[in-house]
Amino acid sequence: MLVMDIISSILLLAGVFFGLSGAIGLFRFPDFFTRVHAASVTDSIAAILIIGGLLLQTSFDLNTAKLLFILLFLMITSPTASHALAKSARHGGLLTLAEKTREQNQDQKEAN
Amino acid sequence: MAEFIDLVLLAMLAIVALRIIFLKDLFAVVMLFSIYSFLSALIFVSLDAVDVAFTEASVGAGISTVLMLVTLVLTGRKEKENTHSSLLPLVVVLVTGAALIYGTLDMPPFGNADNPVHEHVAPRYIEESPKEVGLPNMVTSVLASYRGFDTLGETAVVFAAAIGVLALLGVRRRETEDSEEVKQAKAEADFTAHHVLRVIAKLIIPLVILFALYVQFHGDFGPGGGFQAGVIAAAAFILYALVFGLQLCYEVVSPKFLQIMAALGVLLYASVGVVSMMRGANFLDYNVLASDPIAGQHYGIIIIELGVGITVFAVMLSIFYAFASQVGRPNAK
Repeated sequence: MLVMDIISSILLLAGVFFGLSGAIGLFRFPDFFTRVHAASVTDSIAAILIIGGLLLQTSFDLNTAKLLFILLFLMITSPTASHALAKSARHGGLLTLAEKTREQNQDQKEAN
Repeated sequence: MAEFIDLVLLAMLAIVALRIIFLKDLFAVVMLFSIYSFLSALIFVSLDAVDVAFTEASVGAGISTVLMLVTLVLTGRKEKENTHSSLLPLVVVLVTGAALIYGTLDMPPFGNADNPVHEHVAPRYIEESPKEVGLPNMVTSVLASYRGFDTLGETAVVFAAAIGVLALLGVRRRETEDSEEVKQAKAEADFTAHHVLRVIAKLIIPLVILFALYVQFHGDFGPGGGFQAGVIAAAAFILYALVFGLQLCYEVVSPKFLQIMAALGVLLYASVGVVSMMRGANFLDYNVLASDPIAGQHYGIIIIELGVGITVFAVMLSIFYAFASQVGRPNAK
């Protein structure tokens, strides 16, 4: 059906756009935590859109169930992985950009 | 369009490989290795080899990465500076590469229908497999039935790897017990520290083990089989050890149990062959395992895939135990 194909391709293109913007954000953002934020948020929405687009291509059979299972698994594990990443960085002592600039300003004030 | 995708993937593979060579930070190198394995899995899917892609993704991008990361904890993150000149190795590599490329100029076009590789054994397997073995997944019928002896060799090689690692490293039991206060503090820290990870791990681990069992027994009908299933089940227990602690994982799956399991898998596989011999046929000839040859083939394939899955699971988890138990040894970095 042409309508399903059009909607499915729109969803797939939107998913690709968000995935690409996440990848660009990985390069352009200044700090580790902002980069993790960009990667994880865009990863989740890209997964939903791409799998949604693929769901429309199936004909409501076993493949639909498999795709839904994959989506569920991705929704559970992908944000957890980003959480674990940010948590271990924080545990290792990494400061956010705001904290780093605050420390630099304090050091400058003490030096002056 | 398919060639374009292949080209892009192969180009990314080459870029990743070059970056691996020139990076000195081993953590990034391990991550790039994982990306390399994942790209190889994508290329295999694009070549219509889904069983191989499944195995490559689960072993290369999964277990291998975890084991190398545990090694990094023991050895440290920086690669040592290269003191000798790399001019001679570069010349050797260029000459060998040029010779290999010159050798491939004579080969028939890729995928041509009357290549020698498509002539002799492959058409026989494709035509006779539905009649002789009767499984929908022809890869499993070739791997487990027509080439069952080779797969026995692969399983024995995996088992030998476990023997090597356990003989060299061994699973180190903690020698000094912590004092009561240290234990109390550690217990409190564990409880309050990783809420999200603990909840998600408790949610995910049973599903991963279930999926491993599904892959194990579904290998007859779709991509799957013993190797992938063993690796996925080992990954579930490694996740458990990472989130809940290695000592707790020892109590769930003890190293002794794993050693017995690893040997048991290979024994199961070989004993199927011996049973075939005792019934009067050749070694690993499944036709005599039941009254109907096709049923015999199915029994044989399921049992040997079980043996492969058991051995691979036990070996992967043993290697992880051997590496992870070395963390915190007295004379380490």
